[in-house]
Amino acid sequence: MRIERRTHRSTGVVAIGIVTALLVMVALGSLLIASTGAPLLASWAAMARGALGSRLAISEVLTRTTPLIFTGLACAVAFRARLWNIGAEGQFYAGALMLAALGSGLLALPAWLLVPALLLASAAAGSVFLLGPALLKRFLNVDDVVTTLLLNFVMALLVSLLLQGPMRDPLSMGWPQSLPVVDEAVLPKLMSQTRLHAGLLIALACAGVVALVEARTSFGLQRRAAGMGPGAARFAGISATRVVVMTALWSGGLAGMAGAVEVMGLRGYVTGDLSPGYGYTGVIVAMLAQLNPLAVAPSAFLVAAVFVGADAMSRASNVPSYIADVMVGLSLFVMLGTSFLIGYRVKR
Amino acid sequence: MTDPATPAVPALELVGITKRFGDMVANRDISLQLQRGEILGLLGENGAGKTTLINILFGHYVSDSGRIRIFGTDLPPGSPRAAIAAGIGLVHQHFTLAPNLSVLDNIMAGTESLWRAASRTRQARERLRALSAQFGLAVDPDARVANLSVGQRQRVEILKSLYRDARILVLDEPTAVLTPGESAVLFETLQRMAGHGLSVILISHKLDEVLRVADRVAILRRGELVGEHAASSLDRARLAELMVGRRVLRPQRRPMAPGAAVLRLDKVDTASTHGGPGLAQADLVVHEHETVAVVGVAGNGQHALMELACGLAAPHAGTLEITGRTVRRPRAGGQHARGVARIPEDRHEEGVVGDLAIWENAILEDLAEPRFVRYGWVRRRAARAHARELIRDFDIRCTGPEQRTRMLSGGNMQKLIIGRGLSTGPQLIVACQPVRGLDEGAIAEVHARLLAARDRGAGILLVTEDLDEALALADRIVVVQRGRLSRPLAAPDFDAARIGLMMLGEQEFDMTRHEN
Repeated sequence: MRIERRTHRSTGVVAIGIVTALLVMVALGSLLIASTGAPLLASWAAMARGALGSRLAISEVLTRTTPLIFTGLACAVAFRARLWNIGAEGQFYAGALMLAALGSGLLALPAWLLVPALLLASAAAGSVFLLGPALLKRFLNVDDVVTTLLLNFVMALLVSLLLQGPMRDPLSMGWPQSLPVVDEAVLPKLMSQTRLHAGLLIALACAGVVALVEARTSFGLQRRAAGMGPGAARFAGISATRVVVMTALWSGGLAGMAGAVEVMGLRGYVTGDLSPGYGYTGVIVAMLAQLNPLAVAPSAFLVAAVFVGADAMSRASNVPSYIADVMVGLSLFVMLGTSFLIGYRVKR
Repeated sequence: MTDPATPAVPALELVGITKRFGDMVANRDISLQLQRGEILGLLGENGAGKTTLINILFGHYVSDSGRIRIFGTDLPPGSPRAAIAAGIGLVHQHFTLAPNLSVLDNIMAGTESLWRAASRTRQARERLRALSAQFGLAVDPDARVANLSVGQRQRVEILKSLYRDARILVLDEPTAVLTPGESAVLFETLQRMAGHGLSVILISHKLDEVLRVADRVAILRRGELVGEHAASSLDRARLAELMVGRRVLRPQRRPMAPGAAVLRLDKVDTASTHGGPGLAQADLVVHEHETVAVVGVAGNGQHALMELACGLAAPHAGTLEITGRTVRRPRAGGQHARGVARIPEDRHEEGVVGDLAIWENAILEDLAEPRFVRYGWVRRRAARAHARELIRDFDIRCTGPEQRTRMLSGGNMQKLIIGRGLSTGPQLIVACQPVRGLDEGAIAEVHARLLAARDRGAGILLVTEDLDEALALADRIVVVQRGRLSRPLAAPDFDAARIGLMMLGEQEFDMTRHEN
């Protein structure tokens, strides 16, 4: 048995790969559900209905999709330039905190000015939070996976410190939550009687802008060159420092906007459980999208559907909703396995 | 040895070896015999199938059909272990030694059972000594490999194979890293080994060498064996023709009067690089209309010189002038605008980004040019048109400007890099190992391009380890050894033997200042 790289990829092989991946996912998911003793078909049906079965279900999935598009983009943008940003979770909260600080009355502007200003400020907060690890990596060769990951915990503690102390809403009756944002900073709803808000449109616009910049600008070309061939980029005079700083600003900014949009569109204030791990899930979203910014949105939708569907399933049967985490994690491995089989062949 | 009365069993017999990769046939029905005590030169351009054949012999690949017999016994396919046990030894172009271990440890590594508590060092040492004496391969068993010269390391590699009872030795481009003197010693060793009944397969692209040392020459072209000839029946030109399938015209250098200086180093010191020592008190001048070759054994300061000339580094002390401007700090970008074209040493690592399209690599050095980038947006139509021009003018074989650059052959990738630089009409060309890994046809083409640029008025700094290349192209040759540059030797009275000694540091060289 030996493994060889395929000389070219036929569409047939790719199609077979995708179908296989889906079948393997269904099989693995079934095993998981079966292990809890719940009826298989009924559970899958409950999951599908819960994710896509009604107007409300779809609006819920789209609501969850919104922050995942931002964090997925943040990871994709960073990974493409070989900056391993696992810290989107921390940058998400950096953005949310900045929003709570400025948006709860400190800035008094009309809505059409306030929303962009708050988005920018939150993006800046996320950027700054990633800048340190990026510069450490560039100049001292400090492992960025470690620094970005660990900063997530620093941020989690900072959030709880601020929400227990200086940023706590005096009217929260002791709950650790920030002041609510002013009315001008609340994003409009997209569908009546649902939680879906205009943040989805901002996220999709960001995906479009990222894709455009990557494909059409000199900066995008420099980033891709530095990511795919650092030696050649250096030789051609592309500044590694500039690329890494800009990438950090961009990636951290997108993650920071995720936090801002979540507060402006959904919660209205910051709590310590604002994100159920959107920053980490962004890594999976980006990988499932093969780091292609245009594929991030569908990938985020798929992951969100699994989460929302699993919640519904756990209400319908006694399957724990944690199963969604396992399924999404497994999907990453299945995807990696499939892309290996698409790229290589096994020969006897 | 073999009894002359019975027909000799060949040491190695390949019968009808065929190997396909997808639609490409890497080896088509190759049958070859290697006799005991014979040196066979295996020649072919890049992609002719030499490496595939050797990989099949060693069990790294399994052939689609055909078989291998060693001393009359079938070799089980796909098993490197069986190949070694059958007595095949391979000396790679890139050595596989652990630099932090002693010679003896390197040679013994992998030959002893991990379950034995005591190592049989004494027997191994005796055995190594006997082998060294028998084949004239003198090395100190206790020396650390890191402290050995390249030639000595190669000796260790050969001893490693002999220690494992190799009866058939395959050497892949063994002289690529050696000086002429070291090569001569290697050939003596090979002939001595053949005299002791060992069989040798010598893979090389240096035709003169193969003709000198081999008994027989086998030539592969596009996966097929196109000829087997006694070495004595061939000359260089005929051999090149057989390899390429057509006549190869080697470009001729005609003497020209040099013009103004385009590169000047005046008592330059630099930091050492990961690729070797820095330069110390280096003086060097390259004029228009001339090629100055800097030759030396790898890792003697060429890398520092390359970084300096390419704008990747600046001198610590002394003066560096490139196309009339004094360089004080490194600036890798915008070199085309300064009249400098650069051909980096490693085209895959530094020349191109393999996963980008050809047109993207074509403008990679020119992202500050308004021609290709306006207000931060890439002008894709102009960039693609530029790429199409390069493809046409420099005869780059590809499917079009959208093709991923990784898919190009080495020669075509090099033509893209050269085209990118030369199309700007440079005053100075910095070429580092411009033909490394290229085949005869591509080498002639690259050399012709460089000579044509020189005739048009460019000055060329050619940094190479290949003395033949320097002798063919250079108007002046400078030897670099331990970060010091020799006084230039002027064409046409180059003395290859003396230059070889200077490269090894065995001949003191004169470092008096250059006349400008």
